[in-house]
Amino acid sequence: MTMKANIRPVDKVTIVDLSGRITLGEGSVVLRDAVRDLVSKGKTKILLNLGDVTYIDSSGIGELVSAFTTVRNQGGELKLLKLTKKVHDLLQITKLYTVFDIKDDEAEAVKAFK
Amino acid sequence: MRPYIIKKKPGYGRAHRVDRHVKNRVSYSLASTLESVNTAEQKAFEVAAKAGFGEDEQYHIAMAVREAAVNAVLHGNGYDPDKKFLVAYEMTLESLVITIADQGSGLDLKCLTDPLAPENLMKQTGRGIFLIRSFMDEVKIRDMHPGTEITLIKHVGHKAANAKEESK
Repeated sequence: MTMKANIRPVDKVTIVDLSGRITLGEGSVVLRDAVRDLVSKGKTKILLNLGDVTYIDSSGIGELVSAFTTVRNQGGELKLLKLTKKVHDLLQITKLYTVFDIKDDEAEAVKAFK
Repeated sequence: MRPYIIKKKPGYGRAHRVDRHVKNRVSYSLASTLESVNTAEQKAFEVAAKAGFGEDEQYHIAMAVREAAVNAVLHGNGYDPDKKFLVAYEMTLESLVITIADQGSGLDLKCLTDPLAPENLMKQTGRGIFLIRSFMDEVKIRDMHPGTEITLIKHVGHKAANAKEESK
């Protein structure tokens, strides 16, 4: 399944609805380009909606970490929304579950941005 | 993609000895591309399902194969079109044994870092082998001079439970 990123603003937050597989190659590139494009436009309050992400490999995990670091280095915030069980388990195994701010409800997640 | 029985191929390291406990064995020689990684992963799903592993185990096995195949294509063969990597799926009475061998310059095990260490937690890379070890019951990595061979083993039923218990 091809990775897709749909971008929509909600208040001062930019939500990126991701769908498909975040793996080495196209999937990771789509995520990287989406985040870099937003940051270059000064949009540094980013909520990544992973509800329709069916699969992430170690490259995809690395891309999430890179996105988090990129946004934070610009003084912004990046949060994750709606993890599937597989992605949730991966972030727990890799101890990244405590690094990311992870939300289940979109409205609550948007409010959580400073 | 045509399956064939592995003998011993120069540059791929030592092939596994086929013994009387092997129920089924198939192997593929694949180009050093991301498409081949997807092929190896998909085949792992199919083999694991056919072997009777549950949905979660199929996912874990396929992901371990994907990570090992990525290592072979990216770090081992460096996307070199003249180099192949070999994937062998072998079902025995007790285990699914998957071997992946590349034709690269070899893997320095000393360079593997702990991705859970605080200083590595936010690094972009370095989680592939860790995930493989997390998802499989046994993992063996051998430097074949040249090339690297990684063997991934998932036990069936009670053998898996015993292996996990012993590893605690």
